[in-house]
Amino acid sequence: MKEEDRLEERNPMEEFLRMDRMPHIWCPGCGLGTVVASFAAALRKSQVDLNKVAIVSGIGCTGRVAGYVKLDSFHTTHGRPVPFATGLKLANPELKVVVFSGDGDIVGIGGNHFIHAARRNMDILVICVNNFNYAMTGGQVAATTPIQANLSTAPYGNFEYPFNLPYLADACGAIYVARWTSLHLRRVTKSIQEALAKKGFSFIEVITPCVTLYARRNRLGDGLNLLKYYYENSEIQHGADTRTLDIDFQGKIIVGKFIDKEKPTFFECMNTHLKKVLGDKYRPYYGE
Amino acid sequence: MREIRFSGYGGQGVIRCGLITGKALSLFDDKFATMNQSIGPEARGSACSSQVVVSEDRVLYPYITRPEILVAMSQDAYEKYEPELREDGILIIDTDLVRMRPARGKIKVFGIPSTRFAEEMGNRIFANLVMLGFFTAVTKVVTPEAMKKALPGLVPSRFLDLNIRAFEKGYTYGLEQLSQTNIGVAEEKSKTPATKPTPAKARKGKK
Amino acid sequence: MKKVKADPKGVLTGAHYLDGDFAIAEGGLAAGCRFFAGYPITPSTETAERFAERIPYVGGVFIQMEDEIASILALIGASWAGVKSMTVTSGPGFSLMMENIGLACMMEVPLVIANVQRGGPSTGLPTLTGQGDMMQVKWGSHGDYEIIALSPDSPQECFDLTIKAFNLSEMYRVPAFIMTDECVGHMHEKVVIPPAEEIEVVNRKMYEGPKDKYLPYKPDKDHVPFMVKAGDGYRFHTTGLTHDERGYPVINAECQDWCVRHLVDKIRKNAHKIIEYKEDGMDGAEIVVVSYGITSRVAVKAIQDARKAGIKVGSLRLITVWPFPEERIKELAKKIKAFVVPEINLGQIRREVERCAFGQAPAIGVPHCGGWVHNPDDILRAIKEAAK
Repeated sequence: MKEEDRLEERNPMEEFLRMDRMPHIWCPGCGLGTVVASFAAALRKSQVDLNKVAIVSGIGCTGRVAGYVKLDSFHTTHGRPVPFATGLKLANPELKVVVFSGDGDIVGIGGNHFIHAARRNMDILVICVNNFNYAMTGGQVAATTPIQANLSTAPYGNFEYPFNLPYLADACGAIYVARWTSLHLRRVTKSIQEALAKKGFSFIEVITPCVTLYARRNRLGDGLNLLKYYYENSEIQHGADTRTLDIDFQGKIIVGKFIDKEKPTFFECMNTHLKKVLGDKYRPYYGE
Repeated sequence: MREIRFSGYGGQGVIRCGLITGKALSLFDDKFATMNQSIGPEARGSACSSQVVVSEDRVLYPYITRPEILVAMSQDAYEKYEPELREDGILIIDTDLVRMRPARGKIKVFGIPSTRFAEEMGNRIFANLVMLGFFTAVTKVVTPEAMKKALPGLVPSRFLDLNIRAFEKGYTYGLEQLSQTNIGVAEEKSKTPATKPTPAKARKGKK
Repeated sequence: MKKVKADPKGVLTGAHYLDGDFAIAEGGLAAGCRFFAGYPITPSTETAERFAERIPYVGGVFIQMEDEIASILALIGASWAGVKSMTVTSGPGFSLMMENIGLACMMEVPLVIANVQRGGPSTGLPTLTGQGDMMQVKWGSHGDYEIIALSPDSPQECFDLTIKAFNLSEMYRVPAFIMTDECVGHMHEKVVIPPAEEIEVVNRKMYEGPKDKYLPYKPDKDHVPFMVKAGDGYRFHTTGLTHDERGYPVINAECQDWCVRHLVDKIRKNAHKIIEYKEDGMDGAEIVVVSYGITSRVAVKAIQDARKAGIKVGSLRLITVWPFPEERIKELAKKIKAFVVPEINLGQIRREVERCAFGQAPAIGVPHCGGWVHNPDDILRAIKEAAK
């Protein structure tokens, strides 16, 4: 038997991955790999045309996702995948555009873009991998860091209020909002599948362990310990009021699908409105 | 080369006056004309102005230095811009809105109650067109045909006819004035007590 | 690279009375720009307003973004979707765009940015003119890269050069800039828009080989790599990181050398094809006035007066400010007495002239901090001084 024929040597997700870029740079115990696996599984199950899926990342550990998935993939600058995705989507509405980035990228430096894309109901899916810290740069405090957690720029523990991301997304107008941990592999897959099928601004937060920095600095053990923490402390509450979803240090994590509604997208609003106002003189940009 | 300043207060359409005149000259009278406007806070509410530089060749310096024609549609504008008018220039005022001092040097003065005429036509928003008609008649800088051709696109199409009528009203009044003497206006005005002139602010770039 | 006739949908053929800002929007539409993302900023806003008003009749997208950072990112995204894209801004917004102008250079994305310059630094003079961003456009983002920048002196040139900027941008897969200023931006003048069939438009050269063989950063003979667009099945990768021909990140000095040299060479080795300037009265000239944009227009008056006074003055008007006509300056420096460089800043291009002249002829500046254009007499005085 030749080596390449041995099943266990082949990654079951080769179709979705740039195998020529493996091995990836993520640490052992990191949750990113499983989120990417869930994403690939969701793509497969959704049976979407992979040629029409574009993925946009920013900077950070999660920012590297764009480099590993075998799709039209754009690794942009820090905080800016959302406006990049906005341009890409508007210029080619046929594309399914997914932003895959970290908490620092999406709601730290890129917070303004995030809230405006949600407000406009831009038809993109944002998957935010939240590991509670800036990991690529060595474990600094983030907009999502729970109070008390210790990080290199909060050496005496964090005292800033963190964002409650589902609440933020909901308040800004997202039409689909879910939160899971990387322990909830199948749930993440299902949520991505659902969100891919939706039109409008969808947001999925996935809480993942950062073993090397967040866990080590806070003496939380290894990846397995963190998964155990998720297992014991996460509670599924579909439809929960997003105002109640704050996360305390090592406290309860409420997960589930909180928002799932319909609302015309930016593109639909633009076309409908201009058609109404300008009548036959309106020349829609795409299709029709 | 001729330098023209239209001035008044925000909302009177003085920028539009500059645009119409510049467009008429450039597109229909075979002249070169640039139009610049004062931009920013001073354009909202208080004195505002537009400036047109007209030339037989390409305009090289697009701002006016020493205007020879000043159209003033408000007291503020008059106070602010009159001092820069050339000694041999032409001053055109809305006689109901500007109380002027005795004219300087050889400045020729022409006056028209443009706002009142416009109100008589139904709406004071046509005052600028009445004024433009008058300006066209007394200065002869631009032809009335070119001015009328310039209007579409610069006035709302549903009011095009009214604007043309307003223009013609001012134009006819201007021809009448020309056939008489313009000194009458200047003298009559000089009898009214002049408001205390405010010192004209030094304007950037003004020579 | 494909040269075609302009799409008549975007071409407003005829004689118009437009200001520079409007003319930039019309130039963009004529060049085939169908995506505009921007943020309001004086004195450039009229371009965005005009585009927003016109685009529903042409077929395209206008979006007002949350800031200038978002605007440039949206442009890069739209350009990767295969749509010609542009934005307009002024000083503060231009500064905000800088990081991602670097991204556009690194990803080699065609797009056009117009900067209607105002007085700076910081908020400076929002409503008054300046030319103080001439070095920023060249060096403002970090690292080594090259861009193309054009400087119009009239609304007509705003129209013409915006088309040219799009063409160069598409030809070289590089951001191209219209570096105009408040005076031209707000000046109304006659603008003649020719029929669509008389407007030549360049479209980026698209890769057409086997899908799995596509290399987004493999330079072609002209140094410019082929492009594809998202959604066409190439499943390519692009990044702001230093990358190889595949677009994959490679973090080492060798790849950095290859990658950065390519970005720079692409423009430098084609500079002779890109550079455009207009000369006048160079025969026997002792003094050469080097100028661009509105200042070059005002300078004509000074040059005419100087000639009347018996001084032999030539004029070199930069159409492309970047790349800079280094060779021509070098050549002239050997023959003439001095350069005079009026500009609405404290000597940005003057220094460039001085550098290129290499000590052969002095470059005398006529500096101006902004807020107004030069008084032609000031330029005349500098010419007279230089001729002594």
